[in-house]
Amino acid sequence: MTPVIRIDGVTKRFGDVVALDGVSLDIFENEFLALLGPSGCGKTTLLRAVAGLETPDTGHIFIDNRSQDGLAPYERPVNMMFQSYALFPHMTVAGNVAFGLKQDGLRGAELAERVREALARVEMESFADRKPQHLSGGQKQRAALARCLAKRPRALLLDEPLAALDKHLRERTQLELMTLRERLGITFVVVTHDQDEAMGMASRVAVMEKGRLLQVGSPRDLYERPDNRAVAGFFGHMNLWDGTVSTGDTVTCAVGAVSAATSLPAGTPVALAVRPEQIVLHAAGATPDSGQLAGTIADVVYGGTVSTYFVAHGATRIRVVRQNGAGPALERGQAVVLSWPVSAVRVLPS
Amino acid sequence: MKRIPWLTVALGAGIAFLYLPLAAVIVYSFNASRLVTVWTGFSTVWYSELMGDRQIMAAAATSLTVGVLSATLAVIVGTAAGYALSRFGAFRGRWLFSTAVVAPMVVPEVITGLSLLLLFVAAQEMLPFLPGRGIATIVLAHASFTMATVALIIQARLAGMERDVEEAASDLGARPFTVFTRITLPMIAPALGAGWLLAFVLSLDDLVIASFVAGPQSTTLPMVVYSSIRLGVSPKINALAALLVAATAVLLGLAALAARRGASLQR
Repeated sequence: MTPVIRIDGVTKRFGDVVALDGVSLDIFENEFLALLGPSGCGKTTLLRAVAGLETPDTGHIFIDNRSQDGLAPYERPVNMMFQSYALFPHMTVAGNVAFGLKQDGLRGAELAERVREALARVEMESFADRKPQHLSGGQKQRAALARCLAKRPRALLLDEPLAALDKHLRERTQLELMTLRERLGITFVVVTHDQDEAMGMASRVAVMEKGRLLQVGSPRDLYERPDNRAVAGFFGHMNLWDGTVSTGDTVTCAVGAVSAATSLPAGTPVALAVRPEQIVLHAAGATPDSGQLAGTIADVVYGGTVSTYFVAHGATRIRVVRQNGAGPALERGQAVVLSWPVSAVRVLPS
Repeated sequence: MKRIPWLTVALGAGIAFLYLPLAAVIVYSFNASRLVTVWTGFSTVWYSELMGDRQIMAAAATSLTVGVLSATLAVIVGTAAGYALSRFGAFRGRWLFSTAVVAPMVVPEVITGLSLLLLFVAAQEMLPFLPGRGIATIVLAHASFTMATVALIIQARLAGMERDVEEAASDLGARPFTVFTRITLPMIAPALGAGWLLAFVLSLDDLVIASFVAGPQSTTLPMVVYSSIRLGVSPKINALAALLVAATAVLLGLAALAARRGASLQR
């Protein structure tokens, strides 16, 4: 399958700051890809490079197998929705949508029909004659979306599309973007710093840090099978223990010798990662099959459906999440035994 | 805030110092007497006499023509300079360019006037077919120093305007020229208006530079006022001065209004 967008070894420096450091990424037809990372990780620069608003220092960007080197933003078959929406303040909503179509030479009835169609898609027909300053935040976002979609781009690039919306609108808009993408069959690339947003919307997530791609995969892949510490720590909570590989599929770490599936040679420094919900709590004296560890409950945080337990084992605090009502109530100070399946232990490079 | 009496007094004295002379000119322009310093009664005779003075009327026409033409030229050149300064990044020679743009504001007027006169004389010697000194040379001279003001206004306006709106236009398929004419220009229109009005007022008020570069047939209003005062002050000049003050005040008010509208348009 040929990708819609191929990013090939793109590097970009701003003075001494490396915004993108050899990023390669294929984005495929009909997918909803999220570029996720903290602010300053280079995700917006990458999006702008695809749109043609930044020129890479090295590397190339291909759209539909065609090199975009030297092509200006107005020559590229992708459109971008800006974080600020960047609506033209001196034009009405309809004028904003028509602007891009007029650049393609559309006039008269055909132009009017395409504008109407784009506004209908985001339910903004009744606001066609309003100026942007008389729109709410959500309406501005829809107008900006309609302006991009009217151009029927090969891919739609969205820079923090939900950041400017208030919380309850954000959830609704997230669902709307997903349905819209499915109905149109256009590739969406969205930049976000919010992991819940990325996990909830995207079919694939590319995690970035300091200008590099850390890992690309489905939300489930990233959560259950992180490749490195940064990704493991980025989504949800993770118990991370530094250690070294001993012989016989065991890793010696802060909590003792732990069984783990690894083919690394003995002596390799690694980090072990175990999700809090994979750990089972037993009353003291129990003898579970695997991964036994004794400890004392240091803290309990009640959270309705689930509670979070912090279990002290020596100097290490282990985070455990348990469904409420799944067993006898456990109190602070109580001695417990922890267990987990070997498959729950992920061995990461330290 | 608590009022401090002597601050109010100082403020009053300052305002009086600035505006009493102007007020005196305006009041005495309605004086019936031929003597400028003796009040004999209210009259508008000097205004009607002013309207009948062909020399002054001709000078007014010259000043207005020069003002309109030089302000328009200054807006075109100044906008280009301001745009380059705020949108072209760190191009080679940017420092020299930005200094050169604002230099006319700090160079003494006498020097500017003299250097322009020398330039025009030399130009005509080399290219004899050029018309002699007149309205055209005053327009060029005025535009050369008022464009600095326009450039600063436009640069400030563009600096306060996010680039993403222009980038969005480019992303939607507009070529740079279309982005400039359809997006940038309409968004900075109030600043263009303010710049034009300021350039017009500066041109209308200028005496020194105009005196250097004017020809025999092109006398501006300030030049008429100045030369007639040397022959003794006529109340007619008071009337003219009152009209000039009023026109300047109205135009500056409009410029401030345009600038404020521009600021509010920007969210």
